[in-house]
Amino acid sequence: MTTSTTPTGPSAATDTSAATAAVRKPVARRRVALHLGALAALLVMLYPLAWLLATSLKPADEVIASLDLLPGSLEWSNYSTALDGVNDVSVWRLLSNSLLIAGGAVVGNVLSCSLAAYAFARLRFRFRGPLFAFMIATIMLPHHAVLIPQYIIFNQLGMVNTYWPLILPKFLATEAFFVFLIVQFMRGLPRELEEAARIDGCGPFRSFFLVILPLTRPALITTAIFTFIWTWNDFFTQLIYLFSPEKFTLTLALRSFVDASSTSAFGPMFAMSVIALLPIVLFFLAFQRFLVEGMANSGIKG
Amino acid sequence: MTTTTDTPVTAPAARTTPAKRPGGRQREGAAWVFLSPWVLGAAVLTLLPMAVSLYLSFTDYDLFNPPRWVGLRNYTQMFTEDPRYWRSVGATLTYVVIAVPLQLGIALVVALGLKSMRRGRGFYRSAFYAPSLLGASMSIALVWRALFNDGGTVDNLLGTGGWVNRPGWALFAVALLTVWQFGAPMVIFLAGLQQIPTELYEAASVDGASRWRQFLSITVPMLSPVIFFNLVLQTIQAFQVFTPAFAVSGGKGGPADSTLFYTLYLYDRGFVASHMGYASAMAWVLLIVIGAVTAVLFRTSRTWVFYASEGDR
Repeated sequence: MTTSTTPTGPSAATDTSAATAAVRKPVARRRVALHLGALAALLVMLYPLAWLLATSLKPADEVIASLDLLPGSLEWSNYSTALDGVNDVSVWRLLSNSLLIAGGAVVGNVLSCSLAAYAFARLRFRFRGPLFAFMIATIMLPHHAVLIPQYIIFNQLGMVNTYWPLILPKFLATEAFFVFLIVQFMRGLPRELEEAARIDGCGPFRSFFLVILPLTRPALITTAIFTFIWTWNDFFTQLIYLFSPEKFTLTLALRSFVDASSTSAFGPMFAMSVIALLPIVLFFLAFQRFLVEGMANSGIKG
Repeated sequence: MTTTTDTPVTAPAARTTPAKRPGGRQREGAAWVFLSPWVLGAAVLTLLPMAVSLYLSFTDYDLFNPPRWVGLRNYTQMFTEDPRYWRSVGATLTYVVIAVPLQLGIALVVALGLKSMRRGRGFYRSAFYAPSLLGASMSIALVWRALFNDGGTVDNLLGTGGWVNRPGWALFAVALLTVWQFGAPMVIFLAGLQQIPTELYEAASVDGASRWRQFLSITVPMLSPVIFFNLVLQTIQAFQVFTPAFAVSGGKGGPADSTLFYTLYLYDRGFVASHMGYASAMAWVLLIVIGAVTAVLFRTSRTWVFYASEGDR
């Protein structure tokens, strides 16, 4: 960018300003084109969401008959039907089930991943290199390779159709992606802090809880939010482990609409879809900086 | 703690041979306490299951009766007698080959656009990223099915009929859902682009290099580690897509098995038909294929990925 360069000498100064004058017009035109392009892309991107919101408020006959995006009349009863839930289980029950699983996963991941990350980032122990390499490799491990035996194990333990198979693994740092994320963050913290803590008489546990953990907060928040959203969206694990309707989550309840192809259920189905997306949208609006930065850093420092 | 009192004395020695420091064993013990949840998880929920599923892949097992050893039969059946297996392989590979390059290409173009944007960059970055958080949900998968169904928006706009009901087309509807989520790789691309020193571009434009030349000679090589990272990550994820294919096809992988993704067929064999041995064999083939693809990507990366900071590491 020519305008931002600092001229180092008289000749450089004239060169730069001449160049600036010459390119100013195309640059301005280019900028307008960029904004128009971005805006157009944004509209296409947002269309499915707008469609979802509109359809959730459309009366049944309008869903197919009318091609307008906006509903002719607002059908709020779609939402009251959706609140009644599916299979005699109310949406509030489904919502609290989803929240329980996602909340448990968040606590588990933040706790177990930060513990493991501290050991990998700061402590010395035998086989650290190979174990770290193994941990990284498990990021790429397809979930399906371990799925069936895990199911058999949880089946043997009598935990199928409970929330344990969905929450317990998170307390065992099985999501290596987050271990890696926190390791990367901890490596950036100055070592002098722990040296000072050690001189003040802190062992590894106290210096972890009192010095390192508070400073790792941004990475922990990123971990918490991503865990929440991914667990909230998860379908496959819930599909195989849960089968009593009263234990269903919002995602599993929505699944019962997959088989039903009748368009009369469209309004309530999409009303429930909106309810299911609402927590993610709220999280996104509240924490977008953490989410975007967390995603950006995952690729760069690796 | 005893270590604190003799730290000043042993500090120089500690720097060279940390394991021999008095109290080193104690600190090593502390490390294993921190690691214990991870070690337990890795052993019981990763390594053990991998070994067990390898064993089960040589058996006939329905969860209720004890596994019966059948040797390589699951594998031979899979490769030679099961046309649905090959259709699922075909659908998955087609999907990966279409969706991943398209998604990454768009992500790169948008990131380049946003990089040269001064105002509104933060807003667009967040807005384009949002679908990556929503796209994996069942809600959006249901929206997708409706948009691409007979009489849905796409049908009305293009007059193509519902994509989800046409064997050659349904896969593209799922692929477009992946493309819609280009925000995550885009954010990573953008962060990578912002780390390329501007001096390189200034020097190049002084030398009279065109923008296209600058893109090929500066942007692509400097960004190649990030391109590589995104390529590996998105390819691995694409092999494992489940929810959208499930929703778009009503859980069956149709029409005509055209969206019968590998994971969907694995679920069908293992959890619907209760052929756990067969499904385990499928899981191991998937594991080996993903491992092989990753290895090939890493191997070829030596020729095209350029690490500028290799010297400092």
